[in-house]
Amino acid sequence: MLKRLESRKRKLLALGAIALVLVLLPPVFPTYVVILMTQSLVYAIVAMSLDVLIGYTNLKSLGHGAFFAIGAYTSAILVTKLHVGFGVSLLSSMGMAAGASALVGLLTLRAAGIYFLLITLAIAMCIWGLLYRWVSLTGGDNGIMDIPRPNLGLGLDLLDTVTFYYFILFFFVACLILIFLLVRSPFGRTLVGIRDSESRMKVLGFNVWLHKYLALIIAGAFAGLAGNLYAYYNRFVGPNDSDLMQCMEFVLMVSIGGQGTLIGPNIGAFIITFLKNMVSVYTKRYLMILAFVYILTAKYAPEGVIGLLKRFQTRGKLA
Amino acid sequence: MMEFLVAQTFNGISYAALLFLLGGGLTLILGVMKVVNIAHGSFYLVGGYIGYVIVRYTGNFYLALSGACIGIALIGMTMERFFLRGLEGQNLRQMLMTMGIALFFQDLLLLIFKGYPLNLNPPAFCMLELQVGKYSFHVLRLFMIGAAAVIYVILWWFQEKTRAGAILRAAVDNKEIAQGLGINVPFVTMGVFGLGGLLAAIGGVVGCAFTAIYPGLDFELLPLAFVIVIVGGMGSLKGALVGAIIVGLVDNFGRAIFPELSYFTLFAPMVIILALRPIGLFGKE
Repeated sequence: MLKRLESRKRKLLALGAIALVLVLLPPVFPTYVVILMTQSLVYAIVAMSLDVLIGYTNLKSLGHGAFFAIGAYTSAILVTKLHVGFGVSLLSSMGMAAGASALVGLLTLRAAGIYFLLITLAIAMCIWGLLYRWVSLTGGDNGIMDIPRPNLGLGLDLLDTVTFYYFILFFFVACLILIFLLVRSPFGRTLVGIRDSESRMKVLGFNVWLHKYLALIIAGAFAGLAGNLYAYYNRFVGPNDSDLMQCMEFVLMVSIGGQGTLIGPNIGAFIITFLKNMVSVYTKRYLMILAFVYILTAKYAPEGVIGLLKRFQTRGKLA
Repeated sequence: MMEFLVAQTFNGISYAALLFLLGGGLTLILGVMKVVNIAHGSFYLVGGYIGYVIVRYTGNFYLALSGACIGIALIGMTMERFFLRGLEGQNLRQMLMTMGIALFFQDLLLLIFKGYPLNLNPPAFCMLELQVGKYSFHVLRLFMIGAAAVIYVILWWFQEKTRAGAILRAAVDNKEIAQGLGINVPFVTMGVFGLGGLLAAIGGVVGCAFTAIYPGLDFELLPLAFVIVIVGGMGSLKGALVGAIIVGLVDNFGRAIFPELSYFTLFAPMVIILALRPIGLFGKE
């Protein structure tokens, strides 16, 4: 009991330290680091929402990146062509991504097992194809440029790197709390029940299909929200934001952090974002390094960083 | 109008021949091993590059074809034996693994060949045009259709009429029982990976003569191969053939009629199949 309390205390301490770094230190960090932290937070929202599917519901959706892209393009198109405000663009991105999720979910949930993986990826690639080729709406290969930062009318200069970081941090914390409450709610508990034994939940009288379907829609909405923020962050969206590489990268973030832990995918988002950007400063062979990260994660760390920490901890206790 | 229809149908069918080689290997690997092989496009691409190098130094197309087949079959078997063994049944880990391998090959090709699109020269007779009435047909495209047809017949004969084929079918239907009957299933799965790679390599060499190859083409072709398997049903060669013809035609007419939606037209056959028969046309429960 004492031991358990102690490990819990250590966990809280670690989380507190991370929170302090995220909240207090950005003003003194180099600009480049703050930009990467901003990007990591945006990706972390996607990774968390994907974890609700992969880690909590056992819906191994590989095409989650498509809903992120739909959110990003919705925002980019509305802001550059119709000059809508931030609130409208945010809600539209979430609505479009949730709506697309609802349509795609009707199809993907008809497939079971490995078919689900294949179909989610194939549909995501069709959506990529649409964004890539529908030149008159999406700009095709050139993407959409010069997306202005939102004007909230609060006297905030969101072109300033640190201010924009806090703007994103606000949404990140909000999503973190909402998703945390979601997985702890009776609904979230039912998802875990479905993950562990779908047939048992069916026998117990739960509407398994509906729970999965709602999980897909909710996760899609969060991915759309992240996509919306990404468009403002990057000020450019292009077909690369929805391609196979990007889709699989979100899956990698969840895996390398530790699926079904919620905290893990956040760590994964930071690891991958920093790794990608840091490595490409020093070498052109960044794809090769990413390839090894995929292979090593698949082979040696299926439970991710969190899993490795846990294994380390239990070994310490045994000694 | 008639000319447009004939020309586009012919183009679609000859493209389908190429797609069958790609999708056929993917469906075999999926059927036996339950692995969605993201590196399957790499088999096609690396096969094409091996063929390109051999043609450049020897000028012999058939030597290139055999060299690419052997090379990719070996790569496929190595991949199964050393990278995927031990991950059975854990499909997310398998996907991450094949993704890593795909990126590895993509970057390796970029390192060796740079990003330029490359073409190889097919045998001279393939460059001719065959005139039938007022229509003319490119012989290379006829060659592709012929090659795919021959390969389909060989594979069909192998699967249905030979002992090795029966063992393969047993492994697809029920791994445990096949193993219990004394079939060396690990050996079969390794062989299937080699065979799947070999088919993709033929596609790569022929494809390199037909359209240029470049790093990145692997990921562009992958969705087409996926849709073929989804439409045809996994593990079924007949399904891959029918799926390839559907995808080839849809893609070709899509490009010609709605260029802006060309990729998205692939969505249509997939939606129809998923709505009516989620396991694919020739899939088994």
